[in-house]
Amino acid sequence: MERLRQRARLYKKIRAFFDELDYLEVDTPLLGVSTNTDYHIQSIEASLMGHQRFLQTSPEFAMKRLLVENRCSLYQICHAFRDEERGRFHHPEFSLLEWYNVGSDYMQLMQQVETLLNQILEKPSEFVKASYFDLFEEHLDLRISEGNTELYRQRVKENIPGIDIHTLQQDDCLDLLMNAVIAKTFKGYTFVYDYPATQASLARLKPTDPLKAERFELFYNDLELANGFSELTDATEQRRRFEQDNARRRNHGQMIYPLDEDFLNALESGLPACAGVALGLDRLLMVQLQSDQLQSVLSLDTLGLPTAL
Amino acid sequence: MASYSTNEFRGGLKVMLDGDPCSIIENEFVKPGKGQAFNRVKIRNLKTGRVLEKTFKSGETLEAADVMDIDMQYLYDDGEFYHFMVPDTFEQHAADKNAVGDAHLWLKAQDTCEVTLYNGSPIGVSPPNFVEMAITETDPGLKGDTAQGGTKPATLESGAVVKVPLFLEVGEIVRVDTRTGEYISRVKA
Repeated sequence: MERLRQRARLYKKIRAFFDELDYLEVDTPLLGVSTNTDYHIQSIEASLMGHQRFLQTSPEFAMKRLLVENRCSLYQICHAFRDEERGRFHHPEFSLLEWYNVGSDYMQLMQQVETLLNQILEKPSEFVKASYFDLFEEHLDLRISEGNTELYRQRVKENIPGIDIHTLQQDDCLDLLMNAVIAKTFKGYTFVYDYPATQASLARLKPTDPLKAERFELFYNDLELANGFSELTDATEQRRRFEQDNARRRNHGQMIYPLDEDFLNALESGLPACAGVALGLDRLLMVQLQSDQLQSVLSLDTLGLPTAL
Repeated sequence: MASYSTNEFRGGLKVMLDGDPCSIIENEFVKPGKGQAFNRVKIRNLKTGRVLEKTFKSGETLEAADVMDIDMQYLYDDGEFYHFMVPDTFEQHAADKNAVGDAHLWLKAQDTCEVTLYNGSPIGVSPPNFVEMAITETDPGLKGDTAQGGTKPATLESGAVVKVPLFLEVGEIVRVDTRTGEYISRVKA
C-alpha cells in the first residue's frame, strides 16, 4: 500500500509542477508501426491483426510530432518497453516522465530537472555537475578526444576484473568505464554533460565543438535516473543516424526496424528548437523508498518471467 | 550440451568457464539507457572453490556444465576414497579427498550429504547442516558445572575439534552446526 501511495503522491507532485508552468500533459500511443533504431535498445514486437507492430521504447518520436504541430512545451507520464533489459535496476516495462521545453537548451533543462527534483523530493539536495570528458581525464587519465581504442581497452582491463577486451568497441569501453568505474564514485545527485558525439543519440552536436553532443544524464549515486538533450532538429541528419543504426544492426545480425517516416516528415516541416529529457520514475521511487530492487516499487509484475538474479 | 545466454544467468546456474564447471553466485545486469549492456557475475569454480568476478557483454553465451547436486548416504572411507550411495538406486560413488575437502570433518556413516557430480564424478560434498557425533577425547568434565559458561576443546569421532561446555564427557553425543563448526546442544542417548 505504501509504495502505491508513494507513486500516486509522486505523480501528483509532477503534475502540479508542470501545471504551474502551464505545460500541456499529453498521452501518446504505446503501439506503433515503427520504433527506435538505437543499436543498444531492443523493441518488443507485438502482433496486430497479423501485422508486425512495436511497443514503444520511449514516447520521444510521438511527442516530437506533437511539438511540431502544437509548438508548446509538453510533458507525459507513461510506460515504455525494452526487450532484454532485466535486473536489479531494469524491468522490461517501466515508467517514465518525459518532457520538452520549447526554446530552451540542455543547460537550462538540467537546471529545471534540479528544480523539479528539489520540489518533489521535499528536501533540497545538492546537484554536482561534471563534464563527461573531464571525468574520464580525472578518473582514468583518458583523453577521449584522442580516441585511442587500445588505451580504452587497457583501462577496461585495469579496472574491470575478468573481461575479454578484444571484442570491445570504443563506446563499449566508455559505457563500461562510466557505469562500472566512474559512476561508482558519485555521491548523491550528479549531472554528467557533454557526451562524446559518438553517443549523441538524438542530441544536437555542440556548434562550438562537434566532438561533443549536447546531452546530459543524471545519476543518483551510480544509478542513472535521467537522460536529456538539446534536441536534434535536422531531418537529414536524423535520417542519417537512423540508417547508420540499422546498418550496424544488419552487420551484427540484429533485427532491422522500419524507420518512423511520420516522425521524419514532422522534422522536415520544422521541430522548434527545444530540449527534452526522460526521467525513470520507478528508479526515482527506489531512491525515495531507499530500495535497491526496482521490482519492489512496481505495483504488480505481470510478465511471468522466472525470478531474475 | 546446451548453452546459456547472459539473459538466462541467475544464481545457482551451472556453466563451464575456462574448462572448469562453475556455479553462478550473483548476476548483475549493467546497462546505460543508451549504451552497451553487460552482465557482471560472481562465479564459483566448483573444482577449486575459488570465487571470481567476470564481466560479459550481454548476449554472450556460456556452455552449460553437466553438474548435478544429489542427496546421497555416506557409507565409509577406505583411506583414499570416501564412498557414497544414492538411496533409491543403491548406485555408489567414490569421492577423493580433493572433492570432499573440509566436509570430511562432518561425515558420519548413514548421514545424508549433498554430493555434486560433474560428468558423473563427485567434485564436491556438502554435509548436513547439523550432525550428531560422539566425543572421543576431551578433558574430564567438571561435576556440577552445568549452567555456567566456559568451554573446552573436544575431539569428535570424525576428528573434528569443537568447543563444548565444561561438563561434557567422553562418549557423550553432541549436536554441531557444520556451517560454523559450533556446538549446539548435548543429545541424550
